Amino acid sequence: MSNQTYTVIFYLFAAITVCSAAFVVFTRNVIYSAFSLLFTFFGVAALYVFLSADFIAVTQVVVYVGGILVLLLFGVMFTNSIMQAPKKSEVLHIIPGTLLLAGITGALLYTFYTTHGWMPSETTLQGSIVERIGFETMSRYVLPFEMVSILLLAALIGAAFLARFDKPGK
Amino acid sequence: MEQLTTIGLNHYLTISAFLLGFGLFAVMTRKNAIVVLMGVELILNAANINFLAFSKYNGGMEGVMFALFIIVIAAAEAAIALAIVINIFKLYKSVDVSSIDSMKE
Repeated sequence: MSNQTYTVIFYLFAAITVCSAAFVVFTRNVIYSAFSLLFTFFGVAALYVFLSADFIAVTQVVVYVGGILVLLLFGVMFTNSIMQAPKKSEVLHIIPGTLLLAGITGALLYTFYTTHGWMPSETTLQGSIVERIGFETMSRYVLPFEMVSILLLAALIGAAFLARFDKPGK
Repeated sequence: MEQLTTIGLNHYLTISAFLLGFGLFAVMTRKNAIVVLMGVELILNAANINFLAFSKYNGGMEGVMFALFIIVIAAAEAAIALAIVINIFKLYKSVDVSSIDSMKE
């Protein structure tokens, strides 16, 4: 793939990510937000492929799009009656929020673009990293890996316990 | 021009800065608890992009592993938070975070 095509595709996915993230935040309709978040997650997954983290990209699609987004949609459907007109989400603190958005983003961008010390290493990640992730998981990161699996199990049991419906007559 | 056409670290950092800003904006301004959760997911994605970008241009695997663990933690967080939101909805019949101001019925 030529360098120019690469650049164009990168900008395309960057635009999808940032615009749909903006739409998530600025639209008033909760359902539109949830579906726009889908495009953000796919765009971020594409950026992960650009960052040669293909395994993380697939995990992003499976976990975020297949899991978290479905959970969020369940939450939206649970808490809004679909039969009624789509519920608008109110906003508050719009001026401090805009100031925060502009301030944080501007300050970060200023820092990034005025720092001239970004020197890429000689050995940047290239190609697929699935094999290296496997080695790292089973060697250096085996304790965090086991801990996070137990945490996930406990969190999911806790979530199922919290969200259960009380049986009538008990 | 050369900085625009060769994709470097700054491009990824820019996208992540925007995602972080939008996430903070959602957390701060929206009243619906589920949209606040979406803002938190945006912030976590911004952190993930930063980790992976620095990991790529550094050549190490630390950022990649950290991103993997962040995704797991985000899944756990979303499950617990939505369970809590559904409980709040059962109790208050709304998910408006600014109207939930008592700790006990």
